Amino acid sequence: MAVASSKSAAQGAAARRPSAEAPAEVPDFNQEQELHAYRRMLVIRRFEEKAGQLYGMGLIGGFCHLYIGQEAVVIGMQMAIKAGDEVITGYRDHGHMLACGMDPKGVMAELTGRRGGYSKGKGGSMHMFSVEKGFFGGHGIVGAQVPLGTGLAFANKYRGNDNVSLTYLGDGAANQGQVYESFNMAKLWKLPVIYVIENNQYGMGTSVARASATTNLSQRGRSFEIPGEQVDGMDVRAVKAAGDKAVKWCRDGNGPIILEMLTYRYRGHSMSDPAKYRPKEEVDKVRTEHDPIEQVRSRLLKKGFASEDALKKIDADVRAIINEAAEFATNDAEPDPAELWSDVYAGCHGRCSR
Amino acid sequence: MPIQILMPALSPTMEKGNLAKWHKKEGDPVKTGDVIAEIETDKATMEVEAVDDGTLGKILVPEGTNDVAVNTPIAMILGEGEDASALTDGGGATRAHKPAPTAPPAKAQQPEMQVEPAHPPAMPQVSAPRQLQALPEPDLPEGTEMVTMTVREALRDAMAEEMCRDDTVFVIGEEVAEYQGAYKVTQGLLQEFGARRVIDTPITEHAMTGLGVGAALAGLKPIVEFMTFNFAMQAMDQLINSAAKTRYMSGGQMHVSAVFRGPNGPAARVAAQHSQDYTSWYSHVPGLKVIAPYSAADAKGLLKSAIRDPNPVVFLENEILYGQSFPVPKLDDYLVPIGKAKIARAGTDVTIVAWSMGMSYALKAADELAKENINAEVIDLRTLKPMDTDMIVESVKKTGRVVTVEEGWRQSGVGSEIAASVTEHAFDWLDAPVTRVTGKDVPMPYAANLAKIALPSVADVVAAAKAVCYR
Repeated sequence: MAVASSKSAAQGAAARRPSAEAPAEVPDFNQEQELHAYRRMLVIRRFEEKAGQLYGMGLIGGFCHLYIGQEAVVIGMQMAIKAGDEVITGYRDHGHMLACGMDPKGVMAELTGRRGGYSKGKGGSMHMFSVEKGFFGGHGIVGAQVPLGTGLAFANKYRGNDNVSLTYLGDGAANQGQVYESFNMAKLWKLPVIYVIENNQYGMGTSVARASATTNLSQRGRSFEIPGEQVDGMDVRAVKAAGDKAVKWCRDGNGPIILEMLTYRYRGHSMSDPAKYRPKEEVDKVRTEHDPIEQVRSRLLKKGFASEDALKKIDADVRAIINEAAEFATNDAEPDPAELWSDVYAGCHGRCSR
Repeated sequence: MPIQILMPALSPTMEKGNLAKWHKKEGDPVKTGDVIAEIETDKATMEVEAVDDGTLGKILVPEGTNDVAVNTPIAMILGEGEDASALTDGGGATRAHKPAPTAPPAKAQQPEMQVEPAHPPAMPQVSAPRQLQALPEPDLPEGTEMVTMTVREALRDAMAEEMCRDDTVFVIGEEVAEYQGAYKVTQGLLQEFGARRVIDTPITEHAMTGLGVGAALAGLKPIVEFMTFNFAMQAMDQLINSAAKTRYMSGGQMHVSAVFRGPNGPAARVAAQHSQDYTSWYSHVPGLKVIAPYSAADAKGLLKSAIRDPNPVVFLENEILYGQSFPVPKLDDYLVPIGKAKIARAGTDVTIVAWSMGMSYALKAADELAKENINAEVIDLRTLKPMDTDMIVESVKKTGRVVTVEEGWRQSGVGSEIAASVTEHAFDWLDAPVTRVTGKDVPMPYAANLAKIALPSVADVVAAAKAVCYR
């Protein structure tokens, strides 16, 4: 029963994006914040474009899920948290890692499967981690990161610190059973976890309306009395404002909270996307009217926070960083064959299951 | 004719219990449904109700009596018009009575909750809890004092000792705290360590396991208890994809120092969905360590090692072994190394390799074989992954024959792995094909006679050992 065509799903998505209706309610950024957001989002955009190129050249293999279009979500949330807070997500994770401050060289080298990658080339696109930056992966099974992120929050509560776990999931994961098992325990034990549902309107090729009996995902915690709100995930200011509120809620000991980020992915689900499930016009419309980076760019110019030249300088800087990362990832050596056997067990090098 | 009241069974594995209290005195009138006595075991408490109207004619087992065998007559009820003289007739009709559990209900399928009218226990595999033969414990300081304890107590003590030692160790699972453990393995831990560290979860195996792994990624050391490993199939993705692989996927940055433990394998008469041996499933997975102890000493020493291990450890216990007693070294910090098998009985004619409950069959079979002048060497693997293949190979070089014993299914079982390893490493020493004694390739049936056939038996092991010795 094909109820919702991709056209009607797109219209629904556009209608639900609050930015179209009430942009005035969003608190403004100052010059420093706008510039920071612009630069950080641009790093992700250019990184992902480059990753797409390298994939096309055969330098990146396997699955590669690009984050282009969703940059405001991770940058806005990152601006709301502090060092010590944990971040965990699914497989569309490059943006999250860069937002956490992980080195683009190490991320790109992991994509190309080289020894300088964050996981020594053994994880790939979907599996990178950084203890130093508080990034806990990088998980390939849809929804599986949700109990893990809940466990990170459990550890915070156990230790009595005030850290918050930022647990990202997509609209597709929002229908997995373990998400609700996690909601239940998080609320029961008042765990400091923010469930950030990145609703980019499609779980692979299936629109939210075709997959979800109720499409307001921010309300999926209602039966556990977990509060939630929908946020314009294309406006980095709205994301940060919602993030600030949610972080305070958690740090004040109120337990979990849900933020549904209404966002959009420009590229396919992965590199082999048929692009048949949504019209090209839908993508073009969001790009032209709601692009998260263009929004900041136009505000920077309009408010006189930055000149065209200054922005060009930033663009050039970012391109240089990404080119350097691509260069490193292309030339770095593949892992030593001996690495095949390392890191299977702690406290054991080489083949130790025998 | 006077009615006998028999000592009831609280669970399919109970063989004896304590008569805690009589609520009625001799001569008291009793009506159907009246609570007349309280029975307790190390696992549970139960009230005994009368199922007939009459008078409590005689109490045969006074209150405070311990270790009363199931089905022992504990009292006589006189029917209307009968008087005490009827008791002198001896015997009397046995009438089933309806016991009512006082413990709060947990999972409906939980074996303890299957309280049935007392009947002769149809558990041919299970012998009464008893002091089993003292096994040599290698590497113990000379003169180490041994104390007798059950596997259940040994496991509890291991957790308590490690929780004292390290504040990051905590226990989480269904019914581990206030209920004191579905099988009473966590008994008293809540009282000793408090609700911060002994945590009851909802019935939510998938996310509870993921939560434990997440806490481990953050540096805590969870002990996740599965009420039984049958329920861990709900959590298989988190065990394999998150616990076992994250270290490798992160290039060694992330640790999952966690223990996933609980009873594994067939219990008694709990049918197909609650009677499965997962040993070969978990031992297939790189990144996991898999332990399945038999004796209380190994249960204690290996659980302590598992809790300290920086890797995810699947710790497979056995419900039938919980109540069995063994000598345990009385040492402040008794550790058994992971990955080391032990020779539980030295021999020269055939090597029998077993672990966990399989050891019960193996040791009894070795006794039987000795009567026929076959001197079997019994190896208790204790750890399945990493497997101590060296010890098996060394033994085969001496005996030239191997029999493996497991309750799990035959295809792709642990015995298959051992057979392949022996073939690879000791082919020239083999005098007979490696022979597997396994559970039959069927879902576990409920009927007592069928369940008996489905499981390995001492006779099966004896027959296999004789066959490889060409006797």
